[in-house]
Amino acid sequence: MSALYKPSRLRAALSVLLVLGPGFFVLDRALAGGGHYYPPVSDPLVIEECGGCHMAYPPSMLPARSWQAMMASLDQHFGDDASLPAASAARIERYLMWHAGDAAGSRHAGKLLRGVSASAAPQRISELPKWVREHREVSRAEWADPKVGSKANCPACHRDAERGYFDDD
Amino acid sequence: MNAAIRTLVLSLLLAPPAVVQAAGIDAQIERLAGEARAADPAFSAFSLERGAELHQRAFAGGKPDTPACATCHGKDPRQAGQTRTGKRIDAMASSVSPARYGDSEKVEKWFKRNCQEVLGRA
Repeated sequence: MSALYKPSRLRAALSVLLVLGPGFFVLDRALAGGGHYYPPVSDPLVIEECGGCHMAYPPSMLPARSWQAMMASLDQHFGDDASLPAASAARIERYLMWHAGDAAGSRHAGKLLRGVSASAAPQRISELPKWVREHREVSRAEWADPKVGSKANCPACHRDAERGYFDDD
Repeated sequence: MNAAIRTLVLSLLLAPPAVVQAAGIDAQIERLAGEARAADPAFSAFSLERGAELHQRAFAGGKPDTPACATCHGKDPRQAGQTRTGKRIDAMASSVSPARYGDSEKVEKWFKRNCQEVLGRA
């Protein structure tokens, strides 16, 4: 029997794998997340109300002034009346602005907000210049796929979108 | 909300198979039947047939991309549906989604929103 297949060596190799394996997995995930990590919504009310019809988009994808404008026009929310009781709306607005892409101390600031003028309050994430650039390789046929259906449907392609990871390219 | 519409929509919730219903839905049905009776003395009971028909009927009063309840919820209330933005909607039948009708406020919120979008009125 060759020395390579000694049971003791095999055991040792297996132990090393068992110890390091999960570590590599985590590292790989961290690297894959890379520059495309947007912390998911953690507030249950925001998840419930913003995530009822579409994915609850990470607040760091828009500047605070965008969220403020959006919360002030919920009765005309992309063609739907998404009005909320005043108390819920106020709490959600606070959360969104606190976690906005340009909020003070935001570690995730600027990534999607590059090229957005400081006076603009964009409403559609899918119209941000950086978003458009990142998605230019997506073909018309892919957008038309019934499993996608809409540019609002991030998780159709970004499988870990709900956990904040938007790589998958 | 119009009591007749509410009557019809609610009858859907009674869709077969007739398995054990969650406590929540019985309370909702009782509440809405009371409101329907108050609004329309001719109201007698919810109808499964009228509810099923209403669920699939195409209306012109709402948004063009959501003419019917079934547009998003699917024809079979025991199956999951999908919003226009691709988000999964749990099945409407309480036999499949027993937790669905536990909260009156939530029921009212969604009837109001969705009737507005499909029928053009709450």
